[in-house]
Amino acid sequence: MTGSLDAVLQAVAGVCLVVGCLMSLAAGIGMLRFPDLLSRMHAATKPQVLGLFLLLSAVAIELRSWALVPVLLLAWLLQLLTAPVSAHMVGRAGYRTKHLKRQTLLVDELDQVVARAVQDGPGRDGLAQEGPGQDGMGQGPAGQDVAGRTGGCSAGTGPAGPAAG
Amino acid sequence: MMTAVAWICGVLLSAAAALAIVRVARGPSILERVLALDVLLMIVVAALCVDMAVNRHTDSLVFVAAACVIGFIGTVTVSRYVTDRRNS
Repeated sequence: MTGSLDAVLQAVAGVCLVVGCLMSLAAGIGMLRFPDLLSRMHAATKPQVLGLFLLLSAVAIELRSWALVPVLLLAWLLQLLTAPVSAHMVGRAGYRTKHLKRQTLLVDELDQVVARAVQDGPGRDGLAQEGPGQDGMGQGPAGQDVAGRTGGCSAGTGPAGPAAG
Repeated sequence: MMTAVAWICGVLLSAAAALAIVRVARGPSILERVLALDVLLMIVVAALCVDMAVNRHTDSLVFVAAACVIGFIGTVTVSRYVTDRRNS
């Protein structure tokens, strides 16, 4: 009985390992084949969350130890917390330095927000209360140039970027 | 059976790492490069997980937990200081 259970658990762990590695391969293929930064970001998140979860659960199943589960859960939760933040920073920098292909986009909601900020004028401060993702847009000089700036940090906590000096 | 799984995972991860390195070399901007290096770090973490599961040890568990934080700090730092150097 124990032997058959061992075999089943080992098979499950093996399948988890292979599928987790397939996620990494999918990310590699996507990095090479996708046309611009935003679609490559979509491919890069595959091994970060689901792939890591499958691999860590394979480790837990293969080692069969409950004491290991909190550590593995900590590793996965750290990844789960940090992946959206770093993806947001990369996407924000990519949008502001115009590293995207306009013809691949169906809708660009941030463009409308920037256009509204330009229309309202640079002196008004009303944009900061509208929600996240619009920080720093109302502070710059008027014009489309506002979206291209990398200075103007979120909520003014970090150091000013080199472009702001 | 675990030996076969280790070989399959090794081949898959090697192919993925090669593709990510090609993107690091060719990437038109530093943002693509930092994204591809993040993927490369996740491939290293995946290889360590496969090693731990196949050989049944927990030696590299600390690095697996630390790698997320390292990748996060690197990505955020680089993308915070990106400027547009093209003359457009």
